[in-house]
Amino acid sequence: MSYNFAYLDEQTKRMIRRAILKAVAVPGYQVPFGSREMPLSYGWGTGGVQVTASVIGPTDVLKVIDQGADDTTNAVSIRHFFARTTGVATTTRTDEATLIQTRHRIPETPLRPGQIVVFQVPIPEPLRWLEPREVETRKMHALEEYGVMYVRLYEDITRHGRVAQTYEYPVIVNGRYLMRPSPIPKFDNPKLDRCPALLLFGAGREKRIYAVPPWTSVKSLDFDDHPFEVEHWDRPCGLCGARGVFLDELIVDDKGGRLFICSDTDHCVRRQAAGSGPEGLA
Amino acid sequence: MNGSGDERPLLGVRGLAKRYGAQVGCLDVGFDLWPGEVLGIVGESGSGKTTVLNCLSGRVTADGGRVVYESAAGRMVDMLGLDESARRRLLRSEWGVVHQNARDGLRMGVSAGANVGERLMALGARHYGRVRGEALDWLARVEIGQDRIDDLPETFSGGMLQRLQIARNLVTAPRLVLMDEPTGGLDVSVQARLLDLLRGLVEDLGLSAVIVTHDLAVARLLAHRLLVMRGGEVVEAGLTDQVLDDPQHPYAQLLVSSVLQP
Amino acid sequence: MYVAVKGGERAIESAHRLLAAERRGDPEVPELTLAQIEQQLALAVDRVMTEGSLYDRELAALAVKQSRGDLIEAIFLLRAYRTTLPRLGTSLPLDTDRMVVERRISAIFKDLPGGQILGPTFDYTHRLLDFGLASVRTDGPPAPPTRREIAEAPERLPRVVDLLDREGLIEGETPDRGGHVGDLTREPLTFPAGRDVRLQNLARGDEGFLLAMGYATQRGYGRNHPFAGEIRLGEVAVELAPEELGFAVEIATIAVTECQMVNQFKGSATTPPQFTRGYGLVFGGAERKAMAMALVDRALRCRDLGEEPASPTQDEEFVLSHSDNVEASGFVQHLKLPHYVDFQSELVLVRDLRAGQGAKAPR
Repeated sequence: MSYNFAYLDEQTKRMIRRAILKAVAVPGYQVPFGSREMPLSYGWGTGGVQVTASVIGPTDVLKVIDQGADDTTNAVSIRHFFARTTGVATTTRTDEATLIQTRHRIPETPLRPGQIVVFQVPIPEPLRWLEPREVETRKMHALEEYGVMYVRLYEDITRHGRVAQTYEYPVIVNGRYLMRPSPIPKFDNPKLDRCPALLLFGAGREKRIYAVPPWTSVKSLDFDDHPFEVEHWDRPCGLCGARGVFLDELIVDDKGGRLFICSDTDHCVRRQAAGSGPEGLA
Repeated sequence: MNGSGDERPLLGVRGLAKRYGAQVGCLDVGFDLWPGEVLGIVGESGSGKTTVLNCLSGRVTADGGRVVYESAAGRMVDMLGLDESARRRLLRSEWGVVHQNARDGLRMGVSAGANVGERLMALGARHYGRVRGEALDWLARVEIGQDRIDDLPETFSGGMLQRLQIARNLVTAPRLVLMDEPTGGLDVSVQARLLDLLRGLVEDLGLSAVIVTHDLAVARLLAHRLLVMRGGEVVEAGLTDQVLDDPQHPYAQLLVSSVLQP
Repeated sequence: MYVAVKGGERAIESAHRLLAAERRGDPEVPELTLAQIEQQLALAVDRVMTEGSLYDRELAALAVKQSRGDLIEAIFLLRAYRTTLPRLGTSLPLDTDRMVVERRISAIFKDLPGGQILGPTFDYTHRLLDFGLASVRTDGPPAPPTRREIAEAPERLPRVVDLLDREGLIEGETPDRGGHVGDLTREPLTFPAGRDVRLQNLARGDEGFLLAMGYATQRGYGRNHPFAGEIRLGEVAVELAPEELGFAVEIATIAVTECQMVNQFKGSATTPPQFTRGYGLVFGGAERKAMAMALVDRALRCRDLGEEPASPTQDEEFVLSHSDNVEASGFVQHLKLPHYVDFQSELVLVRDLRAGQGAKAPR
């Protein structure tokens, strides 16, 4: 059986694009959409896949990453899906991609205007753990009632001396909507602020799409006397020497020996190709 | 007691009515509330007094009548016609609602400090230290030990919960507080302490309040004026002392005389 | 020297080949045919069609085979296939009144017009493992009952609840006003949900979940005092009325089981009391599901009937958000996906906090 370009029928793509347009017009606002059952499980990226399928065109160059790596099994599976249903060129290089679908990370290589990043979102609603009811959270967004989120931050600081949220860190988009930026580490939050690329967020199971248009302000929640801060490592990447990037921790022997390496595999590989070793550039 | 020099009441209520199917919740209820004044609504259960309170706060939708509130900005606000967003904002800033069961008016899963600080943060306070400072301040004012600021309300006694709820409401300096049986379910000695506190706060802060209670002793201690309700209607209204010492309506007489004298 | 692990692609390919081999099992054992599954595992096929929202016995049998008997996986396969199908039109409402009845029972009257027709049911079997089934029969299939043993089902069996309705004893069903009918396969679920969307959600919902919810209502969590008014199983015609023709055309017959529960009566001093209803409808013979669906339908109607919801079974958001096993399965199992970046962030925090409290640092 042959499928339509990018699997979805044109009517469905149009419906999703309408939702995307609405999302772009109201940055950070969750637009409900008629999510379809896809050949991958809910929870495994169906939202991201539907968004990508609706915006991808024959001249696009697609990169797919999971946890920052192109070669993790789910990234491979999704890349294959699009290769099979679109025939579009794929790449591992961030700078060559026009369309990047990602799970849980933003690439270290700075994005540029004209690129689209599609995020896979498990739980779109930032208030969900504080208020389980959808009817109530919709009201809270409409009325800009975000006090309860600050209560949560207050409690964290009271209990731990700092905010305990380390990924999916809540942000205010365009000074108005509270948004959950998908489970990216808070390390990546600063990349969202005034990003030159278009950022699209798809939640298939929860049936929501939201967006941050290029150059939009995205501010992580904090208190004046407890400002937002990101993770730090006291050592560089063990392969390419990079500093100021997110590092994965690997256990390399059964004595508990550890190696810290770049989570962004493309970034790391290219630095190594340019001659940068564990001590940096030779 | 009229407010000093004010021409308009803080809250004007006319012909307030609410039905539950064929049952009358309240009918043709009217009163004026002046700044700094405490109005008590007394009656037995089923008299409609809680219905009146719920209509004022918007917890239930009134079927008829007019409720006009003069906002801090000097605007006359038609409370029954207000859209939900404006109503919710008002209830978090200029108004306070103290529930009979303190748990209904608190977040039991977060610390006392967070409970008190929430309204401030909802209105834009973004300095942890200052929010915490205000919370400490208010805990002291409602006579909760400041060392309890990080404790969960689950660990508080009934009286403390009620005082915490009051602090949570007063932190934004509301002008009008609605209270439903604020001392209900508390031990007599705890009640007395709470009433004392409330009376002090009302005077110090110049609060206006509508207090619903079935307990005439509470009414006498806190309220300047009373409405006596029965079957959804107001049967008598007047100064507290007058109504309690010299009731005119037969039902009011019955109510007053049936109170056990200590 | 650490070398970054590559080969995710190869690993996936190998996993697929291994899966195919496991699915086939021992090559000495004859391979399952779709006909065998469709015929002899008919109730599995019925469930997959119902929750897959697609009536096609052969496709459902294929899904069951491909999923190695994991019915939720099979339902997922059918749903994904359904996404690719074009939408030609909407049928007229099924007229279960004109069902060719194979089974029809009622618990509220001892006898009724048309009689109690037992049909093929497990209900009165003794649950003793039949070791006769362990080997394949060589002397031909067991003889079905003779014509004299089957009661002749009259052409049209009046519904029991209609009999109550004529006396005004039961609330009327909401008449179809011909407005927009919600479709969860096209639009997202929003709250409050209309009854059309609620019923669709329940029809597609996981049998186990609905069974548990229905069971809970019987045990007091939102009790609505149910009686099985009528359960009927049989073939009904599916009709389409294309605009160009202007009249209805029968395009298929499908087997469905319909359950009507008669529930707690409602009334007051001024309104005479009437029984209330719950409704369940499934493809094929998934009777247990139809009954559970009717119990949950009634529980979720509490708002419409002026009852205070007191229980999760009456909580529309709770029930309808968690009834879909394809969604649930996906999200539960997504935990198997790599989460090491999120976990790394947590590790950093926990280590910091512990260091702050003077706990031991890693070597």
